[in-house]
Amino acid sequence: MSAFLRLLFRNRLAALGAVVLAVIVILVLIIPVLPLQNPDATATANRFQKPFSAGHPLGTDHLGRDLLSRLLHGTRLSLAVGIAAAIIAATIGSAIGIVAGYFGGRTDNVIMRLVDMLMAFPYILLALAIVAALGPGLMNALIAVAAVNVPFFARNIRGITVGLAGREFIDAARLAGMGHTRIILTELLPNVLPVIVIAMSTTVGWMILETAGLSFLGLGSQPPQADLGSMLGEARSAMISHPHTSIVPGIMIFLIVMSINLLGDGVRDALDPRLRSGALSRPRATTLVRRSGDIPAPTDDLLAIRDLQTQFHVGRHIYRAVGGVSLAVRPGECLGVIGESGSGKSVTALSVMGLVASPPGVITGGAVYFRGQDLIGAPYETLRQKRGDSVAYIFQDPLSTLHPLYRIGQQLAEAIRSHHGISRAEAHRRAVQLLKDVRIPNAESRVNDYPHEMSGGMRQRVGIAMALANEPDVIIADEPTTALDVTVQAQILSLLDDLRRERGLAIVFITHDFGVVAQLCDRVAVMYAGRIVEEGPTAAVLDAPAHPYTRRLIACVPELGGGRRELAAIPGLPPMVDALPPGCAFAPRCDKAQDSCRSGEIALTGTAPRAVRCLYPEEAV
Amino acid sequence: MGGYILKRLISAIPVLLGITIIVFLIMSLIPGDPATAILGSYATPENVEKLNRDLGLDKPMVQRYFIWLGNMLTGDFGRSFSLNRPVIDEVLERFNATLILAGTAFVLCSVLGILAGVVSAARQYGFADKAITFVVLIGISVPSFFLGMMMILLFAVNLRWLPVSGMYAIYGGGDLPDLLNHLVMPALALAAVATGVIARLSRSAMLEVLRQDFIRTARAKGVPERRVIMGHALRAAMVSIIPVLGIQAGFVLSGAVYIEIVFQWPGVGRMLVDAILKRDLLLVQGGVVFVAACYVLFNIAVDVAQSLLDPRIKT
Repeated sequence: MSAFLRLLFRNRLAALGAVVLAVIVILVLIIPVLPLQNPDATATANRFQKPFSAGHPLGTDHLGRDLLSRLLHGTRLSLAVGIAAAIIAATIGSAIGIVAGYFGGRTDNVIMRLVDMLMAFPYILLALAIVAALGPGLMNALIAVAAVNVPFFARNIRGITVGLAGREFIDAARLAGMGHTRIILTELLPNVLPVIVIAMSTTVGWMILETAGLSFLGLGSQPPQADLGSMLGEARSAMISHPHTSIVPGIMIFLIVMSINLLGDGVRDALDPRLRSGALSRPRATTLVRRSGDIPAPTDDLLAIRDLQTQFHVGRHIYRAVGGVSLAVRPGECLGVIGESGSGKSVTALSVMGLVASPPGVITGGAVYFRGQDLIGAPYETLRQKRGDSVAYIFQDPLSTLHPLYRIGQQLAEAIRSHHGISRAEAHRRAVQLLKDVRIPNAESRVNDYPHEMSGGMRQRVGIAMALANEPDVIIADEPTTALDVTVQAQILSLLDDLRRERGLAIVFITHDFGVVAQLCDRVAVMYAGRIVEEGPTAAVLDAPAHPYTRRLIACVPELGGGRRELAAIPGLPPMVDALPPGCAFAPRCDKAQDSCRSGEIALTGTAPRAVRCLYPEEAV
Repeated sequence: MGGYILKRLISAIPVLLGITIIVFLIMSLIPGDPATAILGSYATPENVEKLNRDLGLDKPMVQRYFIWLGNMLTGDFGRSFSLNRPVIDEVLERFNATLILAGTAFVLCSVLGILAGVVSAARQYGFADKAITFVVLIGISVPSFFLGMMMILLFAVNLRWLPVSGMYAIYGGGDLPDLLNHLVMPALALAAVATGVIARLSRSAMLEVLRQDFIRTARAKGVPERRVIMGHALRAAMVSIIPVLGIQAGFVLSGAVYIEIVFQWPGVGRMLVDAILKRDLLLVQGGVVFVAACYVLFNIAVDVAQSLLDPRIKT
């Protein structure tokens, strides 16, 4: 609760709303002790006095009544009526919602049908019909506004109740022999109450506005009694000659509604778990770059990642997702990057083209050279022209990575047309050809499919086709086969392998699967806690792993036909990258760790092409 | 697609029936004798009895409902005693004016709201976002009737840019420019709140979409950012914006009642309020049923639009 309040008041606007509302409420509550004149005492000789005139701080209205006094009394009435309407609507609506949700079945069906019908009305029609039947008057306006809002509560509370009614504690209560009424009152209601209160707090402003509106139309409070709405309605005839009589009540309604809105927004935000963690990412087109230190020199590789550092800044925490990674590929070469979830391999890959969600993502150091040109901090347009055209991506989970509302042909054609000025028809023809290249049967008709109409394997092929669309020099494949079953996986891998041999493209293949690495990659780099711990030709690393982590990782892989043996899971968890221990990040889980492993910087050493970041490697490299 | 529209139209029939039942039930809430309520307490007993017979009030309730329903289906909504003309004629004439006002406001709030939301989301926490958020906050907090009054004070009385009220100039008006001239202020005042609500919703819908993987895919293949925002992201966000447009249309229609009063616009809302104050209940009844039915049909159009946009909806 105190954390909730702290969050609420960290939101300065919500705090402002709370203060304004509190001042209004307090003023209204202390009306009896304020030296106010009788709000209904007319003095036609003093009509339409300007604000700040003697004895009338806000002036007088068309009958010479003191505006300040009328304003405060009117505010009290408006608030009382609005809150009463909210309570009535919430009580009746919630009761209906709980009954519908708890009993379910036909009861639920009938009730919700009725509620839907009530919601088919624009709200004011319903309110007007009720007032028409009952006759104008404040009480009837209150009934109308409450009635109009009943369906809103009924529907919301029903949704919550349905979720709760299926839970174990309700079943337990039933088994204990409790009656329906008792279950609803003692088990359900306490759980639903917070939701009711929140829904009420967000609608009470609205109900104050609605009752004021009906009074404004002359259908609510009748003279001489006046709420804010009827004050405004009465002042309207003199609006042009004496605007202050309109402006005073109008601004009060505005202040009340605005402060309730601000407070409601603050409550909603404070309850939002994503805001609470401070992890909302912002939608920038490229990753933020704030590089400090020297920028490493370019190399003659096709794509060279040099000492890359990418961090996530969330609140006061800094997560060092990538802590100085260097990788390189040459044309026709396939480099595997392997590691557990959270080791930083995906972030490394996304950093290349500035695709890390940002903020929270920030690239804080290093460089990425494509044909000698630094891509980190390159202008947006330079980066955009390279994206997909020079360096293309294949992502995991093709259902979420393809746009659900565009046909796949459109998505493929767009990839081409973003870089080449060709006609729609030509782009479409190329899209069909691409689908054939990735061996999708019936490409001519499949090209008009939406992603949800295809199987997972087909969608992944579309993802590959999209990456190939502009015949890039490098493809970065981020776990492209993880979501697929093994037969489809094998097909996709051989497809990628063929493409690499036919077109000479370089592949950076990110995976956590050693089997895939063995099948496809020339070289492999092993990542742990944002750094490379071992690197070398695939066969050499697999046959004789030098880093204890690599060895343990390989030992985790069950071998087909190898008989039953004990799988050696690695104890413990990878470290949190916002609090990395000094020395070797793997030391806490390593059975060979010495004291010297837990301090200082451990360098990546060895003779090319192999390297290892370990003081006591399994094999000398 | 034709089949889907037909299916939705058929599914609207129970809703339309429900509306007539609800209105009928509300009207039967009238305390005391409806004929006295309609004719006023000074009516002679003969007149009351005659009206009771004319309205069929001497018959049982269920029978009364079906007579009323049958009459409405043949276009007979009864006769307004205060205007002494058929209810349907008056409602149709007034509804036309309301459609012009509410329709313009609806287009305005949809276009402006979505645009503001998109800009706000694309520049989250930037200057444009903060400015839009501030204006939106004011917009959704000002009661439309107060906003309308203040606009009249500023633009009609002080600056003399626009006419104070009405739909056409009394002398020499009646053409399209005259109508537009009269339409500007009420349409803007009516659109203000809905614009704010739609802008807020569009912003959060866009922010939600911009976090999705397919946006990263679009960027990864080099789609220019303008197209990423206005194409990929907005298209996906529209899926959650369109239903809200349908709901907001109801609020615009509701707000039109206040705006028609403030600007003396000869629409159906003003007619209803006048009818209530004159206790012309048949006019209220007919007007409410007619407008509610139109709103139901409009919402079907919204559903159809949604199914056109989203291929995942089974049609």
